[in-house]
Amino acid sequence: MSAASESRWLDLDNPVKRGVILFVGIFVLVLAVGFVQGGANAGLLLSQALAYALIALGLNIQWGYGGLFNFAIMGLMMVGGTAVMLVSVPVNEAFWTGDGPMLLGRAFLAFLVGVALVMAARQVNRIGIRGGWRTAIIVLAWFIGYVIYRSQIDPAAAYIEANAGFVGGLGLNPILGWALGGVVAAVIAYIIGRICLGLRTDYLAIATIGISEILRALVKNMDWLTRGTQTVSPIPWPVPLPQDYQANGVSITDSFIYARFGFFALLVVIFAVIFYLVQRAYGGPWGRMMRAIRDNYVAAGSMGKNVTGRQLELFVLGSVLIGMGGAILVTFNQIFDPSSYQPINHTFVVWVMVIVGGAGNNWGALLGALLIYIVWIISDPLAQVIFVNLSNWSQSMGWGAIPEIDSRALQMRVFILGVIITIALRYAPKGLLPEVMRREK
Amino acid sequence: MDEFIFLINRVLISGTVLGSIYALGAIGVTLIFGILRFAHFAHGDMMTMGAFITFVLATLFSMMGIVTPIPTAILVMPLAMVATALIALGIDKGFYAPLRRQGVKPVTLLVASIGVTLMIQGLIRLLFGAGTRTLYGDGPKVIFRIDTAWMGGTRPITITEPQAIMIVLTVLLVLALHFFLTRSRLGKAMRAMADNADLAQISGINTAVVVRITWLIAGALACVAGTMLALDVALMPDLAFNIVLPIFAAAIVGGLGQVYGAIAGGFLIAFAETMSVFNWATILRPFKDMIPSWITIPDNLALVPTEYKLTVAFVILVITLLVRPTGIFKGAST
Repeated sequence: MSAASESRWLDLDNPVKRGVILFVGIFVLVLAVGFVQGGANAGLLLSQALAYALIALGLNIQWGYGGLFNFAIMGLMMVGGTAVMLVSVPVNEAFWTGDGPMLLGRAFLAFLVGVALVMAARQVNRIGIRGGWRTAIIVLAWFIGYVIYRSQIDPAAAYIEANAGFVGGLGLNPILGWALGGVVAAVIAYIIGRICLGLRTDYLAIATIGISEILRALVKNMDWLTRGTQTVSPIPWPVPLPQDYQANGVSITDSFIYARFGFFALLVVIFAVIFYLVQRAYGGPWGRMMRAIRDNYVAAGSMGKNVTGRQLELFVLGSVLIGMGGAILVTFNQIFDPSSYQPINHTFVVWVMVIVGGAGNNWGALLGALLIYIVWIISDPLAQVIFVNLSNWSQSMGWGAIPEIDSRALQMRVFILGVIITIALRYAPKGLLPEVMRREK
Repeated sequence: MDEFIFLINRVLISGTVLGSIYALGAIGVTLIFGILRFAHFAHGDMMTMGAFITFVLATLFSMMGIVTPIPTAILVMPLAMVATALIALGIDKGFYAPLRRQGVKPVTLLVASIGVTLMIQGLIRLLFGAGTRTLYGDGPKVIFRIDTAWMGGTRPITITEPQAIMIVLTVLLVLALHFFLTRSRLGKAMRAMADNADLAQISGINTAVVVRITWLIAGALACVAGTMLALDVALMPDLAFNIVLPIFAAAIVGGLGQVYGAIAGGFLIAFAETMSVFNWATILRPFKDMIPSWITIPDNLALVPTEYKLTVAFVILVITLLVRPTGIFKGAST
């Protein structure tokens, strides 16, 4: 092979070759993790990483295709998790036999009354009330609606928490719950989008962070719905659990490998279908229109494209994937713990995935998700090793050991994440797999 | 009368303390936005960092056996302010200035500031662990009790020593900033640059110096705000992460880029928060006889449960963005 052809083979400017090389690199990394930590851990890592890849794909639709800031990822993931929990957890008899449903029904009616009041108040300009008076009436309607709702939901919540614990689930298939997680996230995203999408990017960022925190506060404190800090577990799997394999005589080590890779296989199928659809949409006229809006919304608007409407579409579509990803993670971990959600672990890490992978490129989002998730997971044991060595060294120097190595090593990954994002922004702002701009010749 | 004193203790005093913290934080955010045109998300963590620097210095001082009449944390704060201001300058040099030179969009700077947030937070937890500490040494907080017998109260108005010092300190700092911005040459240059950076530059203002001063002021104020927060609550690594949202809300409500707006916004948000979680039933109880008998006063008449305190700041923010996006003081909207 001549030198020229060899250099062409290693041509990193060719997006396909670059992608193949990087994905082979990830594959080797996964093999190495599997070799060091065992097959069961590799199954865990891959399943969770793929769920994060789904979320990163969702963010890529919003940020990469549309340039929309979304920092509400954590909130949407929590919503998805709540949905799958409510769908798949077994039915809670204590709730359905008591007065709970009736009380909740009344609270729902009160909610509808409140909505009707506000809607009616918004229409008062039809009977000649305008300006400041109309605003005052709308504010009053909001307040009265809020009081009516609170007067019904508070006793209902107290009753359910005292008598039944929480409302319980429906005992249906988790896959149905994943779909519902996407739907609920879409509804929330529609509301967020209607309120916030007109805002400038940095306002949008702050607003979505705020919404994310509000969603977290709600899910964490609505004990009657989510059991709050008491957590719900176990959450059933759509595929056989390790325990099922063990019941059939498979050894414990093997059962975990079978179960987790079974789950992973299901995820791969779902991810592949979604990825194919998203990729097709991106390559088609729809994707072109979205990129046109992102790059120059004034021009796109003057061509007759409905900019706000399209952006809302992107925001909702991306949020469906985020909600589904959040739901899948809850199912996989078998526990729904609202207090385990942190902006760093759930919002910012996804952002790093998309930025490092390459915003606007779906393969980049997948690559970034796998890479960052692996780095995120293995930086903890690595830091532990470094700390233990440092501690031994400082002990041998007579300075004493480093206290709390475990919890400190866990924080190392936050720092590493910060370093990665800073380096990526400075030296590779377009990511590892940059967006491919296809030009017609 | 006691109910009224309860209101003062729970709403007026804690609202003022919280408002001081929000205002000092929001001034930094709004200054940086005014000069550099990006939302500096790492401000909350700069506050935490300032609090931890104060903590280290205070520990050093008490290890050297220096005993002071006022809390050591307050005494060492000027030193900590200098240190935090210098670190803020360093962060700008290391992370934001190179990106600015590349001419990136403000959004990229916002993402970069999130990277800085993660790094500061990771470092703080790495060095200090995730536990909670107190900035107040060993002894209990000194509490001033103002006797209210003269107006018929049986319970005193209480205010802790750090709270009192904080309120005084905030007033002094805000006054100093006011005179700096209106009287000094540099302060005027800052306002000019916030108004129109290009025009300021061709008028011969050294914009690099202005940027540096902005970071110094923002860092120093962040240190004060963080230390106050740590004195008022407790010192923990994720101290300011939750407070960054109210601070941004305060800056936006006041009008981004407007220093006085940030102060007003800070107090507005703080009072809205404390008032909405206050249990108004305690105020209504003395008027029981005047209320018709068919209305019973519930035990808890707070507007929102305490868990949702953060929501209040955000609701105000959303309403401001929808109704008056420029904020109260007509800040930068585009």
